[in-house]
Amino acid sequence: MAAEKTHPILCATDVSVGYFSKKKSVIVAENITFNLKKGELIGVVGANGVGKSTLLRSLVGMQPILKGTIEINGKDLTKVSSLVLATQLSVVLTEPPASKNLTVRELVTLGRQPYTNWMGALSETDIEKITYALEVTDTQKLAHKKCFELSDGQLQRATIARALAQDTPFIVLDEPTTHLDLYHRAYVLKLLKRLTKDLNKTILFSTHEVDLAIQLSDQLIVMTPSEVYFDEPCKLIAAEKFDSLFPKDTIDFDKNTGRFSIKQ
Amino acid sequence: MPGRQKHTFYFWLLGTALLIALFFNVSMGSVHIPFKEVIGAIFGGGANKETWNYIITEYRLPKAITAILTGSGLAVSGLLMQTLFRNPLAGPFVLGLSSGASLGVAVLILGAGAFGGLLGGILMSQWSLVVASAIGSFLVLLAVLAVTFRIKDTMAILIIGLMFGSVTAAVVAVLSYFTNAERLQQFIFWSFGSLGNQSWSGVLILTICCVTGLLLAFGSGKSLNALLLGENYAKSMGVHIKKTTVFIILATSILAGGITAFVGPIAFVGLAVPHITRQFFTSSNHFTLLPAVMLVGGILMLLCDTVAQLPYSEYTLPINAITSLLGAPVVIWLLVRKRKLLF
Repeated sequence: MAAEKTHPILCATDVSVGYFSKKKSVIVAENITFNLKKGELIGVVGANGVGKSTLLRSLVGMQPILKGTIEINGKDLTKVSSLVLATQLSVVLTEPPASKNLTVRELVTLGRQPYTNWMGALSETDIEKITYALEVTDTQKLAHKKCFELSDGQLQRATIARALAQDTPFIVLDEPTTHLDLYHRAYVLKLLKRLTKDLNKTILFSTHEVDLAIQLSDQLIVMTPSEVYFDEPCKLIAAEKFDSLFPKDTIDFDKNTGRFSIKQ
Repeated sequence: MPGRQKHTFYFWLLGTALLIALFFNVSMGSVHIPFKEVIGAIFGGGANKETWNYIITEYRLPKAITAILTGSGLAVSGLLMQTLFRNPLAGPFVLGLSSGASLGVAVLILGAGAFGGLLGGILMSQWSLVVASAIGSFLVLLAVLAVTFRIKDTMAILIIGLMFGSVTAAVVAVLSYFTNAERLQQFIFWSFGSLGNQSWSGVLILTICCVTGLLLAFGSGKSLNALLLGENYAKSMGVHIKKTTVFIILATSILAGGITAFVGPIAFVGLAVPHITRQFFTSSNHFTLLPAVMLVGGILMLLCDTVAQLPYSEYTLPINAITSLLGAPVVIWLLVRKRKLLF
């Protein structure tokens, strides 16, 4: 049981992420090593352009990595078929659903695709998972609304519900708190925290809300232009890793409160 | 679920409407035939007059079936385009598919003169018309797709479609300059579009095209649903994007290409019918929308054909003109009323 608990969902070993441009590989971030365990909430923080999105896209297999290995549930990410991967890993992207004409229920139902037959017919289990996903994200009252009728906060909850319906042990969210007010930012992150505790899911999210991420995450990936750190938030504070996150002449980090402030 | 009951009701309603439109279409024409005689001719009893019988079974019925196949097929190809390109303005005509098909046919009809004699005769068979037209639309679709892989802007795709339309018009103009008057006339008449003058064997070929395209479309239904979320989401749910894209393109070019070969380029049906259908059906599920757009497309085409026929007169208007006259205002009205088109 103990072994089961410490068994990592995702292992990244000495990974370099980046992209190919005119036959040259451009490294965005390198020397990335971390293990993500079951039931953990992991935040990814860093300044704009430091490679958060690139890292996330690489982790979910949308973009090839330049160096190192990524293993999901002990298997090399590149060797897992897309259909098997769909049962291991679900995503919430920054882009909204392409069709705004979908109802919330249809959106969430699409999350069951890896499990349904060629016509997408729903079994009892599928309907249970959909209902549960709607309940947990507090969207059951919106189920018959169309996406274009929703506020940003409601739409974000609906897309999280879709990822939940996909019923994967690992969920990756790219900036789930952008465009949201303070209440919804806190609501979404608390929801993610609750999901890791109640359902024992591993959830990785990138965010610009460093303060909130420090308060709620079990582990943090801090990306600076020179290095990528991975540890528990309090240890990272103690090691003064946040100081180099933003240029010091503009933003100050207060160790005691764990908050950033603008330098006067 | 109330939504599902509503959909079942609409399906019954549309099914009935299609039957009524079919009977209405068959009983209208340049010659007046009493409704009772029409029923008799269709259901095997035979009409009182041999000429009436002949008109109905050899002219009006194949025409009506061609209308249904054309309407359904174009509507489905429009729906497929809108989902594939995730653009509410996509459709076989707008994206230049019909132009591509025209180009294929133009090269065949106008170029056949160059081969002359026996080879020219072989080239003019109905199958070769279908193949040329399907290849034309397939090539245009591939070109449009190649552009979309490079440019993510959806407006650019529409502009590319328009450009292909211009290029086709130009090539046709050049070809027609070098061809003889008879061939040119043949092509011009084809480009007006006509549902009539189809033999039963022609209807059979058209049916084979449509059924193949529709099977491919229904087979891709689940992936089409996933594509509504966008390519990245679809990929994350295990959809094989390349395979799906190939299937959708094949389905669209067989449908649009095959239909255009037989009845000429028909505007607006592919674009307008999915939007009209979405006014009734709140679902975005393709397993609901595909049969729904088929019914609406069939009904619309039958009605357009009835109008084009100018009942009790000797004249027939080009079907392409009627669909444009009807389709363009519908799209404008939908845009104005909803302020934006959704797909």
